Amino acid sequence: MMGAITVDDKLFEEVDQIIDRYAGEETPLLCILQDLNAKFGYLPQPVLQRVSKKLGVPASKVYGVATFYSFLETRPVGKYVIRVCKSTPCHVRGATDVIKILKKELGIKEGETTRDGLFTLEVTSCLGVCGVAPAMMINETTYGNLSEGRIREILALYRQ
Amino acid sequence: MLYRAHVLVEVSSNSVPLGALQIKELFSAEIKRRGLSQEVQVLETGSLGSEIPSPFVVIYPDNVIYAPVHPQDVPRIVEEHLLKGRVVEELRFKTPSSGGVGELVSTFPLQKERRVVLRNSGFIDPNNIEDYIARDGYQALAKVLSSMKPLDVIEEVKASGLLGRGGAGFPTGLKWEFTYKAPGEEKFVVCNADEGEPGTFKDRLILEGDPHSIIEAMTIAGYAVGASKGYIYVRAEYPQSIAHLEKAINQAREYGLLGKDILGSGFSFDIKIRKGAGAYVCGEETALLNSIEGGRGEPRIKPPYPPQKGLWGKPTVINNVETLANIPPIILNGAKWFKNIGTPTCPGTKVFTLTGNIVNAGLIEVPMGITLRELIFEIGGGIPGGRGLKLVQTGGPSGGTMTPELLDVPMAFDTLPKYNSALGSGALTVIDDSHCIVDVVKSFAEFFLHESCGKCTPCRIGNKRIVEILENIERGKGTRESLVLLKALGENMKATAFCGLGQAAPNPLLRCLQVFEEEFAAHVEGKTCPVGVCKLEKKMVYAK
Ligand SMILES: Cc1cc2nc3c(=O)[nH]c(=O)nc-3n(C[C@H](O)[C@H](O)[C@H](O)COP(=O)(O)O)c2cc1C
Ligand code: SF4
Ligand code: FES
Repeated sequence: MMGAITVDDKLFEEVDQIIDRYAGEETPLLCILQDLNAKFGYLPQPVLQRVSKKLGVPASKVYGVATFYSFLETRPVGKYVIRVCKSTPCHVRGATDVIKILKKELGIKEGETTRDGLFTLEVTSCLGVCGVAPAMMINETTYGNLSEGRIREILALYRQ
Repeated sequence: MLYRAHVLVEVSSNSVPLGALQIKELFSAEIKRRGLSQEVQVLETGSLGSEIPSPFVVIYPDNVIYAPVHPQDVPRIVEEHLLKGRVVEELRFKTPSSGGVGELVSTFPLQKERRVVLRNSGFIDPNNIEDYIARDGYQALAKVLSSMKPLDVIEEVKASGLLGRGGAGFPTGLKWEFTYKAPGEEKFVVCNADEGEPGTFKDRLILEGDPHSIIEAMTIAGYAVGASKGYIYVRAEYPQSIAHLEKAINQAREYGLLGKDILGSGFSFDIKIRKGAGAYVCGEETALLNSIEGGRGEPRIKPPYPPQKGLWGKPTVINNVETLANIPPIILNGAKWFKNIGTPTCPGTKVFTLTGNIVNAGLIEVPMGITLRELIFEIGGGIPGGRGLKLVQTGGPSGGTMTPELLDVPMAFDTLPKYNSALGSGALTVIDDSHCIVDVVKSFAEFFLHESCGKCTPCRIGNKRIVEILENIERGKGTRESLVLLKALGENMKATAFCGLGQAAPNPLLRCLQVFEEEFAAHVEGKTCPVGVCKLEKKMVYAK
């Protein structure tokens, strides 16, 4: 997992650097959290507290934003986050089976991370590629026309 | 230049991981090697539906699909098909279901197609500003800055009758006028590229295929309303769109088409990109503003509307991507030209996305006023496997529900409400008769439950209860009371939810309760699912 984050001065230095990048921006909280999430894989508590202190924004607001958006994680996640679409256009083309197959292949349930820390499985709304439904996203890459065989092929790519 | 043949290579989020870009390069190289560059053009295209394996190649005007194409196939296709005019039967795509030969019924461009907002998509390299300029790009901006006053621009847009394409269909010119008239030194232009409505992906294709058209349109809007800053709010799910936009913005700045003193006119305007973080409600305009301001994407109370009090409390015009893409052609060709397309009260074209149980899933731009029958059965190739049509959801879950007897209603913002439906974002989700209505309605309800922001009770709790009741019905625990309760809940939510999300959430439910009354009754009274989808104990068969 990307979870092994140690809290020390170096961590805060890294956090501060990201915050300083937005010095000229009005209300950059969300941008900062997005960058931190990209850097650490998720938003650990001490990092959120540091942001609150440095920006002078109440911790409750920082937490509020961190928990609102589905692309921001407040718990450690796997190296690859799989987001499977289950909105209606995907649903009528077999998204339920896709989710079933993924659960079986990975041996985990929705919201869980595989023991080797490689994959986290999340079920989500439309990814905007409904023309190739059923679809999923792994980190920033989108895959469509999913079938059992194709899912296995794709997972193999990431397991290498 | 006129070409005798076009080679369309599928380059999509789906085919790129399978080597589509390499296939495209191989075609270009092989065509060049054979001295065919003057005669044959290689273009990119999107997916054509799940029946055709990726990556595929279509050759026009012969209408032949090769799929899936492997690198070693390319020299053969070029030599045999493009040079000698002989179709390589062995590599040709055969429809698995019919055993027949896969052929696009349509020619290129499709007969009913009318490209205004997609005028450049598939024809230019989106990462090259010169390609855009070569096709009249930034001409409209030059015209505006050199010969029009802000009010002239607003008048032209008003006269065109352009209605916003984000879903609600509000007149764009009027919105610009409100923002222009609102007092305030600082104003903003915001492009809504959040596009979260299930079944909709038109904005993504415009952004990926023609990012400069949005930059040009936003700059024109800035000039018209008196803004010098713009934001494009793009959903996190679209990394490709973000990459193309970033490149385009930098190029426009280099060419002096964005930034300080544009084209020496004294007018300055610049654009920043803000990335969403996965929340459908952020497409709602005031939630979007809160999100750009770095907070939770919860909607604000209206009024005041954004043209009065928008981003950081300043007057702000918010427009959808497709709306903006219409602006440069309107400025260049005039309002009259635009009014001649589509219907008199709803002019222009509409990009429809065809999804669900349809043979050719994908997108198509056609004049407003086209019918569902044309869209589904002529352009979309009908429903796979010879199944019947159960319903079409237009404009995603927040839009309208259309049943087979409404197939000939002209599709426009002002016609569909007469049939208790709505055009919305232009998404069409086709659902065939193998699906159970309880399951379909539950799928819509789950979407709203997942996406409710939680700010108000009717939506936060209402969606949860709707899903629970539907689950009970599926398990055979529903009663007549359940249906009464569903209806009451839905009507309550419509009346009391804080924003458009909660107000629209019960739409598919309420409409389907009415239209598919018998099927619901079969579930709760007969404890049976007529389609055989729900896990009901088959105690007895429902008899009418
Ligand atoms: C829940 C909800 C989600 C919305 N999502 C979008 C969206 O993804 N894209 C969009 O352009 N408009 C969306 N809208 C509509 C916007 O609030 C707004 O009307 C639109 O951006 C105005 O642009 P237009 O006048 O160019 O259509 C949404 C509205 C609601 C209530
Ligand atoms: S209706 Fe739903 S999305 Fe809108 S404010 Fe209420 S809880 Fe949030
Ligand atoms: S519905 Fe699944 S990607 Fe749009």
